[in-house]
Amino acid sequence: MVTAVRARKKQAGLTQQEKAAIVFVFPLLFFLTVYWIIPSLSSLYFSLTNYSVVLKTKWVGLENFGRLFEDVLFWRSLKNSAYFTLGNIPLSIASGLLVAMTVNSAIRFRNAFRVIFYLPVVTSSIALSMVWLWLLDPHFGLVNAALGVIGIDPQQWLQSTTQAMPSIVIMSVWGGVGSTMIIYLAGLQGIPDSLYEAAQVDGANRWQSFRYITLPSLQPITLYLLVTSIIGSFQIFGPIYAMTDGGPAFATTTIVHQIYINGFRYFNMGYAAAQSWVLFMILLGLSVANLRLQVYGFVSD
Amino acid sequence: MTTDTARMSGSAMRARGANRRDWVRTVLKLLGYLLLTAAALSMLVPFAWMIFTSFKPRQVIFQMPPVIWTTQYTLEHYLKALTQGKFDIYFRNSFIVSGFTTLANLLIVSMGGYAFSRLKWRGRDATFMVVLATAMLPGLIALIPTFLIVKYTPLAGGNDILGQGGTGWLDSYPGLIVPALGGGFSVFLVRQFFSTLPRELEDAARVDGCSEYRIYSQIIMPLSKPVLAVVSIFTFQASWNDFLWPLVIVQSDRMRTIQLGLTLFRSQHNVEWGILMAGTALATAPTVALFLLAQRYFVQGIALTGIKG
Repeated sequence: MVTAVRARKKQAGLTQQEKAAIVFVFPLLFFLTVYWIIPSLSSLYFSLTNYSVVLKTKWVGLENFGRLFEDVLFWRSLKNSAYFTLGNIPLSIASGLLVAMTVNSAIRFRNAFRVIFYLPVVTSSIALSMVWLWLLDPHFGLVNAALGVIGIDPQQWLQSTTQAMPSIVIMSVWGGVGSTMIIYLAGLQGIPDSLYEAAQVDGANRWQSFRYITLPSLQPITLYLLVTSIIGSFQIFGPIYAMTDGGPAFATTTIVHQIYINGFRYFNMGYAAAQSWVLFMILLGLSVANLRLQVYGFVSD
Repeated sequence: MTTDTARMSGSAMRARGANRRDWVRTVLKLLGYLLLTAAALSMLVPFAWMIFTSFKPRQVIFQMPPVIWTTQYTLEHYLKALTQGKFDIYFRNSFIVSGFTTLANLLIVSMGGYAFSRLKWRGRDATFMVVLATAMLPGLIALIPTFLIVKYTPLAGGNDILGQGGTGWLDSYPGLIVPALGGGFSVFLVRQFFSTLPRELEDAARVDGCSEYRIYSQIIMPLSKPVLAVVSIFTFQASWNDFLWPLVIVQSDRMRTIQLGLTLFRSQHNVEWGILMAGTALATAPTVALFLLAQRYFVQGIALTGIKG
């Protein structure tokens, strides 16, 4: 009788569906826990040690974070990441919106245009980097040859301290325009035609329709793009590694490049973990600030 | 009489004004096409240049000014990429890794999505929030500890049961595949789709004594092909194009993926543009082909993410 009661209790404890659920979510939760949750949390622990794979691990408290302040290269990388982000985002968003509005209107070959603009988005950043390395080659590159036709002298591009980062920005805008385009397109299709028709009846011209209907309707999307592209731009790594490896003279070393160098070339993993937490805090701060600003914007409007 | 002429000239003026507006509109439209075509060309030129270069003989590649069209195309760069550049191994590795990651992820993610949308259990919504949160974290934070977890995988790569003594899953297929499994974002997509399927489907099946495994595999999965296609395409593409994780854990040629192969080849032979562009074309072809074949799923995927205004 005791066992019967216990069995009934057990049944009341876990329903049939709950038993099935355990089996169904187990693989997912296992992989997420082992390869996402535990690593993310434990990186905070590593950032407080001098972990390096080879040497004996020692607790160093906030020493790694203190060291960051004196690390010239880290400051340099922060500046470079901010430079890249500030160059990339306005250009990507503006060109993405422009292209989206053009390919959204009633034009011929609309779908072909969309496909063409989206091509670089499905291509790996490393492959794009290789192509652009070749295009921007100072001696045999197509870009210098094209500029030569209109009388401009060959430029050093990626081999120049002043032109390297702008070159990477240009490549990134070129590569990312399709992605902003497709997101803006979804937004544009969500704006009801009746709004534009009403505006036309009221005598609004094209610019006014754009300024007072299109832009405000797209504001949530612009905010989404702003937040996601800040997060993405601050984490640029592939093109930096493949095209310049942070050079020339550290002109293009970014935060993730520094984390990679410290963690996997010098095996200062504790220090690299501290750097990745600083990056995380920056991204969190920027995202929150962005959302806040937008909320104030909505309120004041 | 005067009013008549006034009316006439008025309508004539209006007609002339309309004509001019039409004319302005046509010019604007033409200008728009011109700009759009120029922009589209600038998107295509880098790809075209990659392909041209990969088929041009060496001496043509280095002619200045560049020769755009030549009659002497050759396959030698592709042959050299496969033999000298070992791109055959790299391509195969990328295919194995992306293929396995996609298949395993499809199973794990759809099972999770099923539990989060079709089953009732305590703590479900809280657990789902945790899963979603992992999708928001920048993967970079987890990079170093994940590397160590992979290195100390028990009983792998010469490790003992405590994970000591060897290299674990570093420089191996499981090391490339397993940590990439179970994306929070894919679970979100699948759950959203599963939730839209009518309840009656499985209620009837449950009354008939059908097990959850059969409901999942024989009712829900066959109805969910669109979202499963979207998840597969996105997973394959992300896996094929991934760079930082393979860079960190791969050490030998035997395990190198094609993205790693490109950067290695470039650092070793920095003037072999023909071979490098052939390798780049090989690295580009699968995802571009997938995109062209499955365009509608890409569009659906973007719509499913709910970014709509």
